[in-house]
Amino acid sequence: MTSWQRFLDTFFNWPVIQQYLPAIGKGFLVTCEIAILVVVCGIALGLTLAVIRAYRIRPVNALIIVFVDMLRALPPLVLILMLYFGLPNIGVDFTGFTTVWLVLTLVLAAFAEEIFWAGMLAVDPGQWSAARSTGLSHSQTLIWVILPQAVRMTIPPLTNRTIAITKNTALGMVVGVGEILNEATTAQAFSGNASPLTAGAVAYLLLFVPVVYLGRRIEKRFAWKKA
Amino acid sequence: MDQLLEQFFNIDLMIQAWPIIWRGLGMTLLLCLAVIPLGLAGGLLVALASLSRRRWLRWTTAVYVDFFRAIPPLVLLIFIHSGLPFAGIRMDPFTAVCLSFLLNNSAYYGEIYRAGIESIGAGQTMAARSTGLTPLQTMVHVVLPQAVRNVLPDLLSNTVEVVKLTSLASVVALPELLYAADMARSVTYNASPIVMAAGIYLLLLWPVIRLLSRYEHRLGS
Repeated sequence: MTSWQRFLDTFFNWPVIQQYLPAIGKGFLVTCEIAILVVVCGIALGLTLAVIRAYRIRPVNALIIVFVDMLRALPPLVLILMLYFGLPNIGVDFTGFTTVWLVLTLVLAAFAEEIFWAGMLAVDPGQWSAARSTGLSHSQTLIWVILPQAVRMTIPPLTNRTIAITKNTALGMVVGVGEILNEATTAQAFSGNASPLTAGAVAYLLLFVPVVYLGRRIEKRFAWKKA
Repeated sequence: MDQLLEQFFNIDLMIQAWPIIWRGLGMTLLLCLAVIPLGLAGGLLVALASLSRRRWLRWTTAVYVDFFRAIPPLVLLIFIHSGLPFAGIRMDPFTAVCLSFLLNNSAYYGEIYRAGIESIGAGQTMAARSTGLTPLQTMVHVVLPQAVRNVLPDLLSNTVEVVKLTSLASVVALPELLYAADMARSVTYNASPIVMAAGIYLLLLWPVIRLLSRYEHRLGS
């Protein structure tokens, strides 16, 4: 066997890949499921926190800032292990799936809050005064005048951050979530061949290359304009 | 409440776990000293390649960057650590982490440098060239210093992410901070050592994050 053949046999062994394709396909669906839940819940929570922060209630804002800072400073894997292994002992039994979803949602919410908040600050303060002087209430100004402009500015940084955090679904492997990486490493162990890992990597590429590409397009279209 | 304190903030266990966690912290810092300069240097090369006049080089770099932005770092690390040995390429966990981080981080740092270099007007390059500087001298002495200053917050923010990412090394049994804490956790059946590790990450990174968020808000207002 030439070394090229051996290389193909090790990393692109079609019979092996075919055998484990159903498992990796199942992992693909689980990864998609967590990813979608994280993106929707994380961005919604982040936007909610940013809106609450705009009311500038001191104690509430202090809490939001502490929450955001902590989740920006802590590695997600540390949080996942802490909750997954710590909570059962105080009677809260989260599955690996729930733990990963919860941690990544909170992390994305923290980053999204910071990005939305920076966007809201970037809107000219004169807009607040102008909107208020036409008789709109504080909340109406926020919803109809400030947010539409702020959100538009935040789209490029938010897209990049969302992609980076969503990729962390692979951490689910560590706490036994049956996502792509977990299925691929299990298959690799059973088959004694690295091809399932290649298939797993391809599955991630299938999922994220379109998103990264879309992110680039969006970045060009909504390029951050300093207000 | 007592149970919660006992399970997450058990001071006695934390004191017991301290020596192993201290060693883990040393390994984490060592890892940072290796992967941050590697990433910064690799990223610079990626940025220069992505701005090259040669079309094929630009294209290859674009594919490289998108590839490593799409692959989760843990997938890359596992592939290098447990996939490559099948092809006879074996490396210790430290090298495997360094290699996977170099590939992943150079793509991210590269995009940041590129944005910085693109923020410097072409007139600067022409002016520098017309004074007789070579293209390399122009890049090193004129463009890069300004480019780096423009994207310093982004470089810093990415570096925070790199430090956080070193916790992935625990998955391939490199005895860094999280691995040490998780060892202590599995021996004591108590999450306090991990809480302690979390506290150390906070201590290391919180000041940087405060700095960054001040900077971001100043930009906004």
